[in-house]
Amino acid sequence: VRHHDRGPSSSPERPPSGRDGTVRAIARRHVGERGPLLPVLHEVVEALGHVDDTDVPVVAEVLNLSRADVHGVVSFYADFRRTPAPAHRVTVCRGEACQAVGAEAVHQAALAAARQAPALASAGTAAAPSARDTAPAAPAGVEVAEVFCLGNCALGPSGTVDGALRGRLTPEGVAATVEALA
Amino acid sequence: MTTAWVPCDSAAVSVGADEVAAALEATGVTVRRNGSRGLLWLEPLVELESARGRIGYAVRSPADVGRLTAAGALAPGALDARDVPVEGVEGLGVVDEHPWLAAQSRVTFARVGRTEPLDLTAYEALGGLAGLRRALALDPAEVVAAVTASGLRGRGGAGFPAGVKWETVRTTAADLRFVCCNADEGDSGTFADRMLLEGDPFTLLEGMAVAGLAVGATEGYVYVRSEYPAAVRTLRRAVEVARVAGVLGPSVLGSGRRFDVEVRVGAGAYICGEETSMLESLEGRRGEVRAKPPIPAVAGLHGRPTLVHNVLTLAAVPTVLAEGPEAYAARGTGRSRGTSVFQLAGNVARGGIVETDFGMTLGQLVEGFGGGTASGRPVRAVQVGGPLGAYLPVSRFDLPLDYEAFAEAGAMVGHGGVVVWDDGLDAWRMARFAMEFCAKESCGKCTPCRIGSTRGVEVLDRVRAAPDEVARDAELDLLADLCTTMTKGSLCAMGGLTPMPVRSALEHFPEDFGVSAPAARATVHATPRSPTVTTEGARP
Repeated sequence: VRHHDRGPSSSPERPPSGRDGTVRAIARRHVGERGPLLPVLHEVVEALGHVDDTDVPVVAEVLNLSRADVHGVVSFYADFRRTPAPAHRVTVCRGEACQAVGAEAVHQAALAAARQAPALASAGTAAAPSARDTAPAAPAGVEVAEVFCLGNCALGPSGTVDGALRGRLTPEGVAATVEALA
Repeated sequence: MTTAWVPCDSAAVSVGADEVAAALEATGVTVRRNGSRGLLWLEPLVELESARGRIGYAVRSPADVGRLTAAGALAPGALDARDVPVEGVEGLGVVDEHPWLAAQSRVTFARVGRTEPLDLTAYEALGGLAGLRRALALDPAEVVAAVTASGLRGRGGAGFPAGVKWETVRTTAADLRFVCCNADEGDSGTFADRMLLEGDPFTLLEGMAVAGLAVGATEGYVYVRSEYPAAVRTLRRAVEVARVAGVLGPSVLGSGRRFDVEVRVGAGAYICGEETSMLESLEGRRGEVRAKPPIPAVAGLHGRPTLVHNVLTLAAVPTVLAEGPEAYAARGTGRSRGTSVFQLAGNVARGGIVETDFGMTLGQLVEGFGGGTASGRPVRAVQVGGPLGAYLPVSRFDLPLDYEAFAEAGAMVGHGGVVVWDDGLDAWRMARFAMEFCAKESCGKCTPCRIGSTRGVEVLDRVRAAPDEVARDAELDLLADLCTTMTKGSLCAMGGLTPMPVRSALEHFPEDFGVSAPAARATVHATPRSPTVTTEGARP
């Protein structure tokens, strides 16, 4: 069991302000819990949209971890995106159950619709961020990403639109959704 | 006033249940939100209360609600004597008597879809908490003995005897022990954990409390994948309700014995469904698998003895205690005792939850319950047990759903997910996808998995593109070698089982690979095929 009996932070108290203050306050709330890093990072993403490189030393300091520990965790998990989130996010499941009912065509249609969206044509955000360490840079527009299983395998093809689960997707339907959001 | 039940399950919501609920409320009907009955092809499945029981209608849209109104089905008492046919809306009659449900043995899923998921009073009225009360009346060793006698095995995929694990955790000396529920249900084609968490979360919490009391753990964790936000919300609220009611907390049901549960959320890594990787993640680290031994039952979370089980294993525990281990063990076949919750998915006409005793054949499940494909085309294959499970042809539909029978056939029951494919299946593409998926989701700790999966994609590409028989045979030799290395050399099931879909696809559908049946068999069974072709000769 990791103990955190050295206290929340060795640095002088600073009033929470800006990004640094928000991250520090989130991390402090979890000091003393068993294995607090994932809950802290989830809250950072929820509050601020992504885990910025500048957040890493702050979290490390408050939780008494090394920067490498925190960076290693941030870069391992797909949920801890390291660049600002886009305005909208559409995901399409490419799991086997969804592929069995045509998910590949739905995925391709979503990508094609995102590519055609004028705001994104030059930003290049249409490509699915399959590599963990790279994420689209543009905060605007709509990002299309592949996912593997949303637990909706009898009502596929499945996907999400801004976090809401959708079943029985069609290529035409998902393209219209992406175009409407872009 | 008529009462209508509309599922709040996210599968139902994904196809419009919230809109249907709102439309029903607008007509003045009282709407209550239940879990899903698991007849997912009919979702949103609306149930209207009547003197005969709850009457089901497959209400696809708010427009269908208008059709119910027009037909008079929503009027108070309208359904008390007889069904009211509604044009354009499929009626099911009394839902409890529907043949698809009546043919099942709902044990773990007994309450799912019948109640509001967070209604603890309804939970108790339908038999809930009886198992926990029974456990509190027994010595911990007696509780473990009951679990052992029930023959319950791990439902996460490996099928390890639960009682053995419980006894190990209970008897390993430690200052602290943990119960960890693995709800990182990442396998495509599986959704039973999610539906139980969303539809009847108290069953899991009760099972965890029984486990905690039996093995001497005071803290439990549920690790739920982040792709299941609704399950996380429902489970967290259920924990609060259970604490307020004294089911969890410093004195479980007034016994003076402590057990509490914390819900933790994954972060988008398939590998965290592997138990040691999940433990790493719970400790706040990268989800990299640990070498075993030590097994988690001896040194698990934070180095302490830890009982790790899948949702469905723990959810079966209250029944084992409440009805007695003999009743549970009386179900099933061979060494597969009790019921299993199968999930019909993919290209299937009637997809959803089928909980039955072990022993039904694969064909009965896919053709009988599933009704063949959704597309209406012939079934060509099913993949059983998730992305790491085997592709099986229709000729193997005689296989009984039983851990040992599947293992003998080079397949696995796994977590009970069955993905159905019609004749549009390209088995080569899915074999390649299995390697691609492994490459994307490998934690990277061991080489056979991290590197082997990428080499697997490449060699499968070359198999299909091979200009002639000699070149193809050389690539098949490499593939056979690679599969053996991954199977025998990987640290965990991710790399170790990825060859299973690849080999089974090749064995049963060699034509999709452009390979002859004898060559496919030789590759799958890694036997020498031709003395003139050697592995050395395969690469420049």
